[in-house]
Amino acid sequence: MTQPQREAKRLMKGNEAVAEAAIRAGCRTYFGYPITPQNELAAYMSKRMPQVDGVFVQAESETGAINMVYGAAAAGARVLTSSSSPGVALKAEGISYLAAADLPSVIINIQRGGPGLGTIQPSQGDYFMSTKAPGHGDFKCLVYAPSTVQEMADMVGDAFEKADEYLMPAIILSDGLLGQMMEPVALPPIKDPADCPQHDWALTGTRGKRAPQEVNSLRLYPEQLEATNNERYAMYDRIKAKEQQAEMYRTDDADIIVVAYGASARTAKSAVDLARDAGVRAGMVRPLLVWPFPDDALDSLITGGTAKGFLTVEMSMGQMVEDVQLLVNGRLPIDSFNRTGGLVPEPKAIAERIEKLYKQTAEGGN
Amino acid sequence: MKTPMTNLEMRLAGYGGQGVLFAGRVIATAGLLSGREVSWLPSYGPEMRGGTCNCSIIISDDPIGTPLVVDPQIIIAMNKLSFDRFNDSIVPGGLMIVDDSTFAMEATRDDIENIIYPYAQFASDNDCSDEQGNPLGNLLMVGALWKATQFCSEDILDEALVQSIPERKTALLEVNRKALALGKGL
Repeated sequence: MTQPQREAKRLMKGNEAVAEAAIRAGCRTYFGYPITPQNELAAYMSKRMPQVDGVFVQAESETGAINMVYGAAAAGARVLTSSSSPGVALKAEGISYLAAADLPSVIINIQRGGPGLGTIQPSQGDYFMSTKAPGHGDFKCLVYAPSTVQEMADMVGDAFEKADEYLMPAIILSDGLLGQMMEPVALPPIKDPADCPQHDWALTGTRGKRAPQEVNSLRLYPEQLEATNNERYAMYDRIKAKEQQAEMYRTDDADIIVVAYGASARTAKSAVDLARDAGVRAGMVRPLLVWPFPDDALDSLITGGTAKGFLTVEMSMGQMVEDVQLLVNGRLPIDSFNRTGGLVPEPKAIAERIEKLYKQTAEGGN
Repeated sequence: MKTPMTNLEMRLAGYGGQGVLFAGRVIATAGLLSGREVSWLPSYGPEMRGGTCNCSIIISDDPIGTPLVVDPQIIIAMNKLSFDRFNDSIVPGGLMIVDDSTFAMEATRDDIENIIYPYAQFASDNDCSDEQGNPLGNLLMVGALWKATQFCSEDILDEALVQSIPERKTALLEVNRKALALGKGL
């Protein structure tokens, strides 16, 4: 995720940094609807888009916004929408249509605690929604999981590029903590929208020079629909083989592997250091994308590594843990540390659980 | 203050409108300009709806884990509510800077350094107010923090103030500078 020619670091909120980075990635179309804790993102776009001859529309609803995204994407535009958990849920139908019509687009989710209206405080409760069922039917989205304001800025550019490469929606799965906090960020270089991929299927008008074409998600004939589903899932397999990304932190000799993404990975990293200070060889795998999930990184720690147990850390009741369970498949014990309601895990509490799991695995091994 | 400065964790707290978040931004920017890792995290939850406001700031030589400050070395409390809420959270050897313009307050801990002064009142008495007449007690308290800790160089603190003031408010730079100088001089 290295980018050339970075500017000097400046202090920015995650919500503002991701918005500016989207514009720098060539995005000139944004459709949204207000909801805390992502409001600074839309507010930033309302100010900046007119300055760069872009389009900002505050839609009549989240459903309206995602369908405007569909329209803009069908016209070949690099397009963005953002919301927070309940608002993203409202976009589900449109995201499914985007996937079914093979339309590139980026959706930012600044997660808040649920279910329901829940709270405006940070959460990671939308892991299932993002990775398993972002809408109805069989499809996937690329799901990026930034952990710093810098990664918020870097990943939105990656998300646009990959969405364009694979012709599918990509989600930035962030949360209220990362959206609201300020950190130093070196913004990526400015990309001319003219340098973004141009698609020959884009609906930009025939001007009497070519035959009409269509972008559609309707496949009335069963064989036709199944064929497109099979084709898309073959692509998903290629993505799983090629696009997994994870940060490996102190895993080389680690007995206990913490698995955490996004904001909770920040705390989990501190906890790994605390556990190391207490004499437990701990390490962390941090998925940079949660779909595709970094199966290979985790598997390498079991088959060729020193792992004796896994601890997942999430600001949810335990969602990503199911992907770890699928991969580990009973080979090693898995424990799960969970906080919800907008509460953020504290390093000491996680470190205690690492030490507890270590003792259990040591006893089991003797 | 006796705690180490390699990893400085603090909270600023007060009522909405007292400039809590702005003062925090100046401090965090000074950390950034000093070439250090920084984070700034505002309270934006239910408490904000009750009119109070706080932010967590970390200035560190190492990458920052959670930006939420739980065990602060420093609290800057702009009202009694914030003093009462955060006084016990300060680690031994830490620092409490509190404004007692409205309520008289007394230090309750002798294992921390206590600086109690009517900053807002003093700002008001010295014509240090914003365009709406709100006294700039916040910048006086940043000055007091600098005097007590020297957490950055004086030039960097001034540059941090310059960078933190939004373009539409550049007219307020000089009065903020004055407030900062008053705070450093107390």
